[in-house]
Amino acid sequence: MRRVQPRVAILVAITVVAVLGMGGYAVAAWRADRAATESAPPVSSTALDAVLDAPHIVFRSTLPGNEYGLVAAVPLDDPGGPRAFTDVACDRVDVAGPAASCLRTIAGIATRWEAEVLDAGWQAVDTWGLPGIPSRTRMSDDGTLVATTSFVTGHSYATVGFSTLTEIHRADGTSLGNVEDYALTVDGEPFTAADRNIWGVTFVGDDEFYATAASQSAGRTWLVRGSLRDRTLTSVREDAECPSISPDGTRVAYKKVVDHAGGQPVWALAVLDLATGAETQLPATRGVDDQAAWLDDDTLLYGLPRADVPGTTDVWAVGTTSDATPAVLIPGAWSPAVVG
Amino acid sequence: MYLSLRDRPAARTAPASPEEVRAVKAAKRGRVSSVVITLGVVSMLTDISSESVAAVLPLYLTTALGLSTLAYGFVDGLMQGASALVRIAGGWAADKGDHPKWVAVVGYGLSAVTRGVLLVASSFAAVTAIVAVDRIGKGIRTAPRDAMITASSDPRTLGRSFGVHRTLDTIGAALGPLLAFVVLWLIPDGYQTVFVISFGCAVIGLAALVLLVPDLRPRRAAWLTQHRSREARKLPKCKGCSCDIPGLEPAGRPFSWSFLREPGLRRVFVMAGILALLTVGDGFIYLSLQARDGFATQWFPLLYVGTNVAYMALAIPVGRLADRVGRARVFVWGHAALVVAYVCAGVATASAVTTVAALLLLGLFYAATDGVLAALVGRRAAPNVRAAAIGTAQTVVAVARMASSALFGLLWFTVGRGPAILSVAVLLACAVPVAWYVVRGLDAPVPELVDAGDGR
Repeated sequence: MRRVQPRVAILVAITVVAVLGMGGYAVAAWRADRAATESAPPVSSTALDAVLDAPHIVFRSTLPGNEYGLVAAVPLDDPGGPRAFTDVACDRVDVAGPAASCLRTIAGIATRWEAEVLDAGWQAVDTWGLPGIPSRTRMSDDGTLVATTSFVTGHSYATVGFSTLTEIHRADGTSLGNVEDYALTVDGEPFTAADRNIWGVTFVGDDEFYATAASQSAGRTWLVRGSLRDRTLTSVREDAECPSISPDGTRVAYKKVVDHAGGQPVWALAVLDLATGAETQLPATRGVDDQAAWLDDDTLLYGLPRADVPGTTDVWAVGTTSDATPAVLIPGAWSPAVVG
Repeated sequence: MYLSLRDRPAARTAPASPEEVRAVKAAKRGRVSSVVITLGVVSMLTDISSESVAAVLPLYLTTALGLSTLAYGFVDGLMQGASALVRIAGGWAADKGDHPKWVAVVGYGLSAVTRGVLLVASSFAAVTAIVAVDRIGKGIRTAPRDAMITASSDPRTLGRSFGVHRTLDTIGAALGPLLAFVVLWLIPDGYQTVFVISFGCAVIGLAALVLLVPDLRPRRAAWLTQHRSREARKLPKCKGCSCDIPGLEPAGRPFSWSFLREPGLRRVFVMAGILALLTVGDGFIYLSLQARDGFATQWFPLLYVGTNVAYMALAIPVGRLADRVGRARVFVWGHAALVVAYVCAGVATASAVTTVAALLLLGLFYAATDGVLAALVGRRAAPNVRAAAIGTAQTVVAVARMASSALFGLLWFTVGRGPAILSVAVLLACAVPVAWYVVRGLDAPVPELVDAGDGR
């Protein structure tokens, strides 16, 4: 009989131990996942049409269970109560007028991402691809314009130079182009550096919008006012990201870097009065990384990950004064959109 | 300078271990050396490990940790630069100590350690540190590994050896994301499971390297070949007995940076540098395809899969072709394929045909350049400087490509997508004949430099 070399025997032993370890861990993780899904307390749900007929909030549900990731709605007067589920899954969702926009991840051998416009009955009207993980979406108030921001990721090959892609489409799917290509003016001067990024659009009417512009080489971000007709972006002030215009159009809420921790910026919300230029910071919202939504002219909504439950998030509400204290409005929710 | 007209050093070196004897015999019989296969499997396992994590890391950071991936892309770019510079250091250490295997073990080991740390660390700072150390490990191991492939292969079929290695390597790069997908499909938040499997693959790969790959000593082997008699080896004459003096460590000519002045190698570095300056990152080609047509947008993440499949299929045949017609020529032809890929990506009319053609040509470009450059340099460089020379060539290419990508970003913004790509295509089309001229004669049967010294 041929003698097996000791080093080959050692390698076989290491391989067997490693494969058993990997397989054992994977099986245990799969069982734990099954058990968690099956034992999740059923989410109390209610009929969809009744909720959609009255003023309501639409959001992505992040409570564990079979409905995880589906778009749901709650009545405006009972946001913590039973929710009504659609059968549409979205990472980010916004609703305006008769239409909704939805950005989603389709997991696969190579994960894909897409944007979808839906009608009032939550049926897809138009769908197009996105080059990376969805980040923000907003519709204009009349539901005719859709802005989408996604990261440009997928593979390290593709990370050279470009990090986000923000596009504006008409609700029928016609593209109005990459907002990065619009002419950018900073402090009155044309800004020409190529490494710019634009993200987080909020529409004022059917032409004007606000967004964030950033330059990696300059290491700065600006709140910019844009015009679709002129294809221009003009800086309004520095250090303001993911703007959101108030329902009465007088104020803009955005996130602002207030600190750094572990090499990563820490944001808090702030509100800018467009007429006076006065900024009110909301220090109690520290840790936010979201594009805020307005519940009414004096209340902001934003999502936060729940620290002890991975994957679960809550929607918080906060007033717009500097001493305002946030409170959870919808547990297990993300990406809220208020439909008055 | 000592010149010899040997063309088969691997077949004539004085092998030190049974593995080396086997490897050399395999090369004689026209088979790919078992060392090359083992190194290919090690690379495959390591690529499964790193690509499975790379595929889920952006999703993990954003969905599980709730972080922005903007900063991640930035860190990634920085680290690719660091990795390029570490390559020369890895090559230098391999030549200096004449133990390329142990330098490669350090490189693969560092990456395996990062997979272990990933199991317990989850903050953004920890993840960026892990990505950084992993890249440095990749930089350290590349040149010594390519030097070992050269040392254990028949020089006449070196291109094929590198083709086999790169094919196995690319299979790993394709299997990694597939594995990650299967795990996340079965366990929706199974990131930790992906990390465990990644760690396991890295450990098996490292163990295979440590246990199966012989401790090749290219410099010592070359010295023993040149000094064949006991007399030349300065051993006492003794008939009929084996009485080698214990502790005699024939080291050969020591490492010297003078290879940078060797005219043949310098021409290779210059040519590769010029061509790399006109090679923009694939990311731009994918973005260009995506900006042009809906087909590419919908399948954006699959574009690099298409390129990888072409690379995987073509690495061996193109390596064999390089052995037949000349490695420098095939390297230059690879850039001609890139010109056509640019034209396909830059023309205004969108069609699935030009998109697919661009991806396949990009894969052909990699098959004709990556392993072929290592084979070209490994063949020309003397054994005592081989790893450093390979590392230098790879660093020249990586740094020049980064510079060209940065400049191309500006051009893209100034003149627009199509004109930017087409103007680079024109420049590259002009550079190809120049490179052809620069490398003339480099493919002739080489009077091999047995040892690169300082001209004594």
